[in-house]
Amino acid sequence: MKIAVCIKRVPDMDLRFAIGAGGKALDSAGLKFDIADFDGYAVEAGLRLVEAHGSGEVVVVTVGPAAAQETLRKALGMGADRAIQLSADEVPFDGRAVATALATELKDGGYDLVLFGRMATDSANQTVGPMTAHLMGVPCVTAISKLDIAGGRGTAERQLEGASETVEFPLPAVVTIDEGLGRPRLPSLKGIMAAKKKPLEVKPAQLGAASLTVDSIALPPDRPPGRIIGEGADAVPELIRLLQTEAKVL
Amino acid sequence: MANAFAGVDFYDVDGLLSEEERAVRDTVRAWVDEHLMPVIGDAYVEGKFPKQLIPGMAELGVLGANLPEEYGCAGLNNVAYGLIMQELERGDSGIRSFASVQGALVMYPIYAFGSEEQKQHWLPRLASGQDIGCFGLTEPDYGSNPGGMITTAKETKDGWLLNGAKMWITNGSQATVSIIWAKTGSVDDVKSIRGFIVPASTKGYTAKDQKGKLSLRASDTSEIVLQDCLVPKDAILPKSGGIKSPLMCLTQARYGIAWGGIGAAMACYDEALSYSKARIMFGKPIGQTQLQQSRLADMLTEITKAQLLTLQLGRLKDKGTMTPDQVSLAKRNNINMACEAAREARRLLGANGILAEYHSMRHMANLESVYTYEGTHDMHTLILGQAVTGLPAF
Repeated sequence: MKIAVCIKRVPDMDLRFAIGAGGKALDSAGLKFDIADFDGYAVEAGLRLVEAHGSGEVVVVTVGPAAAQETLRKALGMGADRAIQLSADEVPFDGRAVATALATELKDGGYDLVLFGRMATDSANQTVGPMTAHLMGVPCVTAISKLDIAGGRGTAERQLEGASETVEFPLPAVVTIDEGLGRPRLPSLKGIMAAKKKPLEVKPAQLGAASLTVDSIALPPDRPPGRIIGEGADAVPELIRLLQTEAKVL
Repeated sequence: MANAFAGVDFYDVDGLLSEEERAVRDTVRAWVDEHLMPVIGDAYVEGKFPKQLIPGMAELGVLGANLPEEYGCAGLNNVAYGLIMQELERGDSGIRSFASVQGALVMYPIYAFGSEEQKQHWLPRLASGQDIGCFGLTEPDYGSNPGGMITTAKETKDGWLLNGAKMWITNGSQATVSIIWAKTGSVDDVKSIRGFIVPASTKGYTAKDQKGKLSLRASDTSEIVLQDCLVPKDAILPKSGGIKSPLMCLTQARYGIAWGGIGAAMACYDEALSYSKARIMFGKPIGQTQLQQSRLADMLTEITKAQLLTLQLGRLKDKGTMTPDQVSLAKRNNINMACEAAREARRLLGANGILAEYHSMRHMANLESVYTYEGTHDMHTLILGQAVTGLPAF
């Protein structure tokens, strides 16, 4: 089984970040980067599928600058077999441009399955997976929580609001992964050492023309400071009145 | 993960590390967050080493991580190895002690002084956690002066007959194999000290827990008795000879301990810093008071100095020029620094600081052992004194 896992290098969103000078991107100073959360789950899913199948290959692919090689090597450290960097100085915000580069690389690669995280934790667009599927002309199942592959077909489960849905599809296919197939494993120390020796191919990204750009990016306004209405039972009527008239939550 | 430990890096020391060194550090840091932090408080209070973590540590590859791949180890450089020790001790000194003993005091002597057969047999088993080792050097009456040991090994026609007692042995009770140091000649012949690989199942070998510890409670510390303990002739480490051999092991372990001190200090500083911003007293965070800022500034400064000092020590070790005296300086400085940081963090935390729910007092109590073992602070003072004057004061 040959599986491609498309991953993105994103800033650690748990850390404090600031808007850059142009107002159109984050200030990269002081940011720490790592594999996007759901993409880690996608790598784990790819590794588990190949392990369960007994043989196969997991190829990790990214679009991005040279710094993204560190993210590829992390996935290699987890156990992926080889990596491809589709080199671009910047990752375009437009999912179609990225999907074009990925589909160009993947469509004749003989992959049974192309996995994505269900969204990148920085841009949260959820577009690159489905667009890549469209450009490759293969089926696409999004945000799956369970996946079985047998006899050239896949069966996936998706969690909906209050229900779950089971989807069947032929391979090759594109599948985007939610949490559910298992927490991403840590790269072992031997894995980190072995990653240096695994093949990492660098090719120019055949990005499509960007059809949209980011106009501006802003942090949410500071929350107004809290207010103490009073103390004890005496304050309750006033609290209820304000929750009804001002906060409008009751 | 919301509570992930982010480390302390005021001087962009990360920029001095290779990608691989950072990757190793990050993977062990994440392992400590996920597996050690949730259980360490209870393990400490109960006075139990969290054994269930051994398979995970082994699978990650932290045991003997700087020994070669051909023996089932990760083959890391010494800076990466040091960073592992730092991260483990960020969790708990007892867990770092476990890894130090297994790697630097059991696997290293087998690697450095063992026959090829011994290496092939033992190292993969110890790296995979299949066997747990301990290091028997210290005796009830010989701590800072290990050369005075009275444990003996007499050569007989059937093998070596060991007699004596060892004390303060980390991993002692759970070890399946022990590296025992004994005199093969008369008790005043320091040159006759040799190392022996002694399986814990050997008749005449007993280990029992040392009770009543108020420090390193999540670590196994034992007393070992050897009574007519007969091991085969090939149990001797053929290339060991004299007190220098165990001291070489201690240099390895102390190197890791110097890194460990940074980890414990970072844990305490991190806890103190976040507490100082959240704890409101007199209508403002205590972090807005000069007294607490002074504590934090001192901790940050000392941690940063230790990071740079220890990284350079690691680079020297990787170059092959590190001296035992340089290790003494780093162990002495960093553990003393960590003791101070832990105590100041505990104080900053006020009454909460005495609870096991917080980490500073656990580190503070642990570090008193670390201050005392692997060459007491005072002995390292004398080693440095001798190094600069050429005059031994001990």
